[in-house]
Amino acid sequence: MNLPPIDWHAIAPELVLTAAACLVLVVDLFLPDEAKWIAMPLSAAGLFGTLAAVVSLLGAERVTLAGSFEVNDFALLFKALFCVIGLIILALSLDYFRDGRYHQGEFYFLLLCALLGGVVMASARDLISIFIAIETISIPGIVMAALRKGDVRSNEGSLKFFLFSVLSSALMLYGMSLIYGVTGSTNVDEINQVLPQQHEGLVAVSVFFVVIGFAFKVSAVPFHFWAPDTYEGSPPPVAAFLASASKIGGFVGLLVLMFRAFPAVAEQWRPAFAVLAALTMTVGNLIALRQQHIIRLLAYSGVAQSGYMLVGFALIGANADTNSQAFKATVIYIVIYGLMDLGAFAAAISFARRGGTYFISDYSGLWNRSPALAGLMAAFLLSLAGVPPLAGAWAKLFVFLASIEAQVYWLAVVMGVNAVIAAWYYLAVVKRMFFDVPEVSEPIETPYLLRAAMGLAVLALVASFVYPRLVTDLADRSVLESRGADVELSSP
Amino acid sequence: MGWIDDWGVALATFLPALGAIVLLFVPSVQDRTVKLIGTISTFLALVAGILILFRFDYGRSGEIQLEVDTQWIPTIDARYHVGLDGISLPLLELSLLVTFLCAIYLWFHVPEPGKVKAFFILMLLLETGMNGSFVALDLILFFIFWELVLVPMYFMIGVWGGPRREYAAVKFFLYTLFGSVFMLLGFLALYLQAGSFDMLELRSQGIDASRTFQNLVFLGLFLGFAIKVPMWPFHTWLPDAHTEAPTVGSVLLAAILLKMGTYGFVRIAIPILPEAAVDFAPIIGILAVIAIIYGALCCLAQTDLKRLIAFSSVGHMGFVMLGIATLNDAGVNGAIFGMVAHGLITGMLFFIAGSVHERYHTREIGELGGMLARLPRFGTLLTYTAIASLGLPGLAGFWGEALALLGSYQPGAGLDPVLFRILMVGGGIGTILTAGYFLWTLQRVNLGRHPEAARLHPHARIIDVQPLEWWAWAPLLVLILAAGVYPKLVLGVTDGAVQNVLRSFGG
Repeated sequence: MNLPPIDWHAIAPELVLTAAACLVLVVDLFLPDEAKWIAMPLSAAGLFGTLAAVVSLLGAERVTLAGSFEVNDFALLFKALFCVIGLIILALSLDYFRDGRYHQGEFYFLLLCALLGGVVMASARDLISIFIAIETISIPGIVMAALRKGDVRSNEGSLKFFLFSVLSSALMLYGMSLIYGVTGSTNVDEINQVLPQQHEGLVAVSVFFVVIGFAFKVSAVPFHFWAPDTYEGSPPPVAAFLASASKIGGFVGLLVLMFRAFPAVAEQWRPAFAVLAALTMTVGNLIALRQQHIIRLLAYSGVAQSGYMLVGFALIGANADTNSQAFKATVIYIVIYGLMDLGAFAAAISFARRGGTYFISDYSGLWNRSPALAGLMAAFLLSLAGVPPLAGAWAKLFVFLASIEAQVYWLAVVMGVNAVIAAWYYLAVVKRMFFDVPEVSEPIETPYLLRAAMGLAVLALVASFVYPRLVTDLADRSVLESRGADVELSSP
Repeated sequence: MGWIDDWGVALATFLPALGAIVLLFVPSVQDRTVKLIGTISTFLALVAGILILFRFDYGRSGEIQLEVDTQWIPTIDARYHVGLDGISLPLLELSLLVTFLCAIYLWFHVPEPGKVKAFFILMLLLETGMNGSFVALDLILFFIFWELVLVPMYFMIGVWGGPRREYAAVKFFLYTLFGSVFMLLGFLALYLQAGSFDMLELRSQGIDASRTFQNLVFLGLFLGFAIKVPMWPFHTWLPDAHTEAPTVGSVLLAAILLKMGTYGFVRIAIPILPEAAVDFAPIIGILAVIAIIYGALCCLAQTDLKRLIAFSSVGHMGFVMLGIATLNDAGVNGAIFGMVAHGLITGMLFFIAGSVHERYHTREIGELGGMLARLPRFGTLLTYTAIASLGLPGLAGFWGEALALLGSYQPGAGLDPVLFRILMVGGGIGTILTAGYFLWTLQRVNLGRHPEAARLHPHARIIDVQPLEWWAWAPLLVLILAAGVYPKLVLGVTDGAVQNVLRSFGG
């Protein structure tokens, strides 16, 4: 059997990250308990190394591993995003795991493994590697969710996540195997060429299963039930991981599949995405209105945000121009969402570190207790709500614009109404922090590292608000073009 | 002075925001430094505004001047396009001036619970949003500035406001957000149809689409602007927001924020969608007259001085909208004059109401009285401003109302003169009611017996106008008179631009 030649430079980020993960696992074995936190800077070094490898590939257009692995601007953008997300999660994990004496070494190892899944996903252009990537993200996630072994909620959350994850993987695999059966290929471009000639019903069923599998991963309604319980039960840094990296991994996979493997049959699945998007944002927002626990609030708001990211998929197929607008809008949304959602988690975690609680009622008068923390939290929440002067406004605006350009007006109206509903519950938290009088006046100190991480995130959000080309240029470059023969897109 | 052409508008717009950034790094305990930096930022912006006044070519006030047009977001073809013409110039200057005066007022009137630094930062951000809205010539840029005012005002009301501040703040935020979503939909629909976000380009090339499409887009813009103005029946957020907001918040809200809505009609909705404007004008006119009469009747029923002024705003903005609805030269000029006059007068009224509250710790009209005898200067100022507000000839309030009514006698082409003459009569009745409630208020507050010491609030401090208050108010008082005596001060600037706006109506 002939192995395909491997372009080692192209897979350098993955290699560095794998090496770092193994190193963390081994080093952890030899460290005494009180020194186990060293695994954190070590992991951070690994991520910086990965980032360096990503930078060394800038501008590259490479395909290796027999066409299943592609390095281009799109892949590099998301590889870098996963590294940045990983670094922020590390910043907010250090205190939590060190003080709690949780399984520090294991956590950092698992986190790096999961990020490896994300980094691979950015380049995966083949059903098998996409599946492997998504599982590499999910399985460490399941273990990490259960790290608070003594806590029933953690166990419950992890078990739910496990069962849903396995179910969704099974559905996804079933769909993928059908696609392979129909087209005789696992490569996304080949699938796109062959798929339109196949039996319509069969194609619809197989794509349907794949989409449902991913819908679980990105917690789209009605496949979102695991998310709030799992987020609430997991150690909060893990919840932050699940809400950001894990979800983004799912979206990257969806982007590759829907824009690259299945666009030719877009007519068949496009309406499903429109319904999914509208449902996801509406239900997520309505349930979020009633939440009292900040992590659950962020979980449901995260569901609603997924709805916005799903809109782009409902716009595929009209013509090449709207396709690329929809794609760019989704990419921009994902990048900005990653930053702001993670920021909100970081703020909630730093509050809980000192304030000791995750209940929104305890946020009363936070401004008097810690102006910086209240300001940062408000910035992230307002960005999630899509209010200037923060980048979240552009994220929403671009999706809005894309749907109008694709002439899917009703989705634009649904988005508009949802923006107002969402503003209500984000503002409720802001209101508590700023307008209410604190019951406890004791000031809250934020760990230095966390504050720096959050400060940088807000800076990035404000900067890309003022000068949106920071993100739009990235999105412009990262258009995911079909390789090989030009593929005719189906007309609506 | 050539650099003003390129940088003047940007300086006037962004200097306040720059000041806000600088303030972030000043320790919040250093009250004086904070106030100084904040005031200097607004002052520098005002200086930029004054330089612009010298640079502006009044002979060509109909054209966009001091224009800057550069690439901003190429992906969606949104540009950083700003400039001034005779319509935006007075409003920009008004915004610059009033914010500066508010900064002075803040030196000795920091609302509870203190936190000067945060207040200044919000006010400066707000100023950037307001100024930007008046100079933006790109729809996306306009939208961003428009939305930028939301958050600062929300915090101003919510943190520094009165007892029902939370309710008022959220109501203000959600109402405006709701409107702006539809406005944005309208903008995007325009972009889709005409392929541009540029206001001037959209105006010159016109919208080549069905009447239904135009009307739908106009409806979207109408919702956004009408909520901001606010027009009856979208006004319910205004009395709450005004009553609960701290003095400076009320002043800025009344003097500037409301104008963003009416400005939107004159700058965007009407020139870009002239046919739809003709369809909508009767509706706008009717709603405007309802607002005038309804606002006046509500004023008669108010017992809170601030709430009364808030409802009087509903009525005055009704005159502005009536002027816009006439779609003719006199009416629209009157509308812009009305905007400026209302900014000066109602801003001043809110200053006075705030200072009354600080002295008496109450704004209940029933608990006040005899102010003219006890605080002669204060009482005189209240009389002067209230009389200006009710539209006495010779003061600023007169011209806006008079021109709006004059314009309704012979409305623009395509409008039904009979309807507008009926509206004119309605507006006329409104002016009588307005005079009625203002005079009645003056009678109750200024005349009669001053409340006895025992009935006053324990913390009441009955002192006459303070020196810094004079400084903060003098420019408004002078301008109210100047614009009243010499209306050409404003009309001379606006007329050219208004004719340009109305060109599509053959007027």
